[in-house]
Amino acid sequence: MAQISLDEIAHSYMPDPQNDEEYALKRIHNIWEDGGAYALLGPSGCGKTTLLNIISGLLKPSKGRVKFGETDVTDLPPEKRNIAQVFQFPVLYDTMSVFNNLAFPLKNRGFDKDYIDARVREIAGILELEPVLHKKAEGLGADAKQKISLGRGLVREDVAAILFDEPLTVIDPQLKWQLRCKLKEIHEKLKLTLIYVTHDQIEALTFADKIIVMYEGWIVQIGTPQELFEYPNHKFVGFFIGSPGMNFVPCTMAGDTVRIGTKQVPLDSRTAELGQKADGNLELGIRPLYLKVSQTPAEDSFEVPVKSVEDQGSFRIVSVDFEGHILKARITENDPVPSSTTHLSFPKEWIRLFENEHLLK
Amino acid sequence: MKKWQDNRGWLFILPVFLIVAFSAVVPLMTVVNYSIQDIFGPGQRVFVGTEWFREVLTDERLHEALWRQLLFSGLVLLIEMPLGIAIALMMPDKKGFGASICLVVLALPLLIPWNVIGTIWIIFTRPDIGLMGATINTLGLTFDHTANGLHAWITLMLMEVWHWTPLVALLAYAGLQSIPPAYYQAAKIDGASSWAVFRYIQLPKMRGVLTIALLLRFMDSFLIYAEPFVLTGGGPGNTTTFLSIYLVKIAVGQFDLGPAGAFSLIYFLIVLLFCYLFYQALQNVGKGEQA
Repeated sequence: MAQISLDEIAHSYMPDPQNDEEYALKRIHNIWEDGGAYALLGPSGCGKTTLLNIISGLLKPSKGRVKFGETDVTDLPPEKRNIAQVFQFPVLYDTMSVFNNLAFPLKNRGFDKDYIDARVREIAGILELEPVLHKKAEGLGADAKQKISLGRGLVREDVAAILFDEPLTVIDPQLKWQLRCKLKEIHEKLKLTLIYVTHDQIEALTFADKIIVMYEGWIVQIGTPQELFEYPNHKFVGFFIGSPGMNFVPCTMAGDTVRIGTKQVPLDSRTAELGQKADGNLELGIRPLYLKVSQTPAEDSFEVPVKSVEDQGSFRIVSVDFEGHILKARITENDPVPSSTTHLSFPKEWIRLFENEHLLK
Repeated sequence: MKKWQDNRGWLFILPVFLIVAFSAVVPLMTVVNYSIQDIFGPGQRVFVGTEWFREVLTDERLHEALWRQLLFSGLVLLIEMPLGIAIALMMPDKKGFGASICLVVLALPLLIPWNVIGTIWIIFTRPDIGLMGATINTLGLTFDHTANGLHAWITLMLMEVWHWTPLVALLAYAGLQSIPPAYYQAAKIDGASSWAVFRYIQLPKMRGVLTIALLLRFMDSFLIYAEPFVLTGGGPGNTTTFLSIYLVKIAVGQFDLGPAGAFSLIYFLIVLLFCYLFYQALQNVGKGEQA
């Protein structure tokens, strides 16, 4: 087990990339701690799987080095690196029994029979695969198959990290939740580094200690779920995380306030200070959860027309028109439903300013 | 719901019944007709029961032809199946120029009419001007498929392998291409040797197409007629007289329609039986592999 360092990694699928556009992964420079649970989150095509395959060794990066601990593994093939990978759909050796599937990586490495037997039984125990151990893998359900794929990674004691490439895509929703719990449990029991690729933010938020948000080949932010929610580094993170995403409105500074159209929204002193130093395009960002709508006017509130109210089950989304911009606010189902107009206020502590799409901080 | 309403559905499959009846059942029944009667001319016939069957089944020359046929089909399968798989494994796997060229070159023998194939090989193996025949004879070895039975067999096998291995290779290649790359990636991570990849990934995933290849190759080689007829005419002697060639000799050469009809039915049943056995065997492959 070791920490994983990515040293100035870049990758292009083209033989001779000329500019940034042709790189699937732009400059990635990072250290991932031993024993952490990381989620790589981003939309399709942002380079998550490319990065994962570089770590597992299925791809050799065009530039940069990959290190496990102090060892440079950039030129090592996947079987020489101590990693395991679980793919989007279950990869099994169909003609083998579950037992032989689990034993396969050990047999290939020439371990003796007694050791293999004991180790496979231990892992089957953890994964609750004992009842089907001598069945053929072919006929099992998708969740059991995915557990076997995971098990093939876990049987190797020397395994440093397990990489997951959207492993729950083919699993039914109820089972998804069970499997995710199982993963958490295994993580706590075995203290392995887990790297989990997904485009589902709920999956990422519930699974990982740290989330790595990727966008167009860049890592835009690494942080805990709370950090990503409260201090999104980039507009993309604000938009991608949270449901619905963050509200963004173009604005200009006016002393201690920002001017949006004809209205002035007051800021706290720290935010105002940051805003005054900036000279790019400014935008105000605020989470729908923190935007306040109320039936009664308050200090610093604005009367705005209500465009629509959507019922999302346990909460409602109110869309209001603020100086020509649609803002979304989230209210609980117990709050009164606003009618034609409502009073909107921006709590100072939740206002973030973005300069050229990047958070001011 | 009333029953007559459901029955209208039969109308939709009636055309298929008619086509199958006219294309398969009616001709087959004609053969059955011939096999149990002695027919002299229109309206002149005698029911003979199983006499033709008895005659055919005790015919020594037919027995020899059957063993010859089994040996031929057996050799064809033993050579073409592994060779076809090997060629498919060696072909470039990326969709590109190389793969397209390989596919076109492989498909060429399959596009040539069967009797033309026989003619090509007659010329190719001629001792005086044929590329292969003349070359071998220049090396000091005598090679003449018209005089030597073994040479005739070697030539036939070469022709058959050249002609039909591409079909096995194409089917196996299609099977290989349909394996998702994740399987190879997982095998790499599991540290599998290339033999293990072949044994546990490629071979099981090719089972379906290989079953089809095996059945097609068995049937075609068991029913082979045009190529040996053109190349050797069943000779020298009877060394390359296969079942179909012998059948034609009886039916057309001697005009013994009764025995020929009985022979055809037995021939058909043998092919059916072997196909069934192969199919069952391949369906069961792998099922027995429990830990």
